[in-house]
Amino acid sequence: MAQQKIQQEHKEHETQEEHSTHSHLFYIAIGVVLLILTITTAAVAFINLGALNPVVALLIATFKAGLVVLFFMHVKGASEKLTGAVVVSGFFFLGLLLTLSLADYLTRSWK
Amino acid sequence: MHDSRLTSTASTQVLTADHAEHNPALLHHFADAKQQKNAASLGMWLFLVTEIMFFGGMFCAYLIYRIKYFNAFAAGSQQLDIKMGAFNTAVLIVSSVTVVLAVKAAEVGKRKLLVGYLVVTVLLGMTFLVVKGFEYKEKFEKHHVPGPTFNFTEKFDDNGRQIPVNPKEAELFFSIYFVMTGMHALHMIIGCGLFGTLAVLSWKGHYSPNYFTPIENAGLYWHLVDIIWIYLFPLLYLISRHS
Repeated sequence: MAQQKIQQEHKEHETQEEHSTHSHLFYIAIGVVLLILTITTAAVAFINLGALNPVVALLIATFKAGLVVLFFMHVKGASEKLTGAVVVSGFFFLGLLLTLSLADYLTRSWK
Repeated sequence: MHDSRLTSTASTQVLTADHAEHNPALLHHFADAKQQKNAASLGMWLFLVTEIMFFGGMFCAYLIYRIKYFNAFAAGSQQLDIKMGAFNTAVLIVSSVTVVLAVKAAEVGKRKLLVGYLVVTVLLGMTFLVVKGFEYKEKFEKHHVPGPTFNFTEKFDDNGRQIPVNPKEAELFFSIYFVMTGMHALHMIIGCGLFGTLAVLSWKGHYSPNYFTPIENAGLYWHLVDIIWIYLFPLLYLISRHS
């Protein structure tokens, strides 16, 4: 009974592992999307969107970074939940660093 | 001790039977190859988190001074070569694809293909560094390198309006530019060395579908360096480019 269950779990793990990698074509397609987004960022920078210019640039950059992290670095489909937690914590502390620092510098109205 | 061993005999037999026989890379203190791989991956990610925080400090300094001295940052940014920056972004993205294809080749045990992708990755990394070198050369020629010879007379072109900027503030932009791109370039040099070594080891047959963790982890490093550049390109090259 126990053996069967473990064997079954083992098989599930194996299929999960297969899911974490994709075909050549998929990776090349992601690469093409990233290249198109690079051209888009450069092109959008020349259009006057006012205060939205840096926002759009950063949104595109974050989308690109997301594609790389999820598909090239195989965070999507990773079997180890702890790895996901470490990745998220990294970006969480980066966010903390940036938001708290800016919350200070942007509110120094007395200077 | 003995009791627990007895009860877990059945499970360890199942878990290790199919790995222990044909995987000499499996270290004895891991239950199976998958656990060993996960542990290595977790360690690599912890290192990458320290890298994110390391570059994060510089991004934070960049943000604060960009807000404080926006005109100088825009004027400095307008002096950077957008074509070279975009070309280098493309080079890094293509290199990230070759890295992920290298990992895939390692996974299915295609040794020559693996070596090929690793070599192409190193060549792309070197292409990036050469282009970066030409950019630095131009900065030296224009006296845009911070230091005693720094000279900045360019104005901030704000929709055709020419706004003069304080050269000291522009010098700060170029200090941040050189520190951030310089640290990034250092990571690229380390990455090229890493992938060059992996190419040699792969050629010698050190890796098999049972064990290619170093290639996966070096890949994670390369992708992170790529991501940092994905942010550096718009933040440094594309400030107020519209007219």
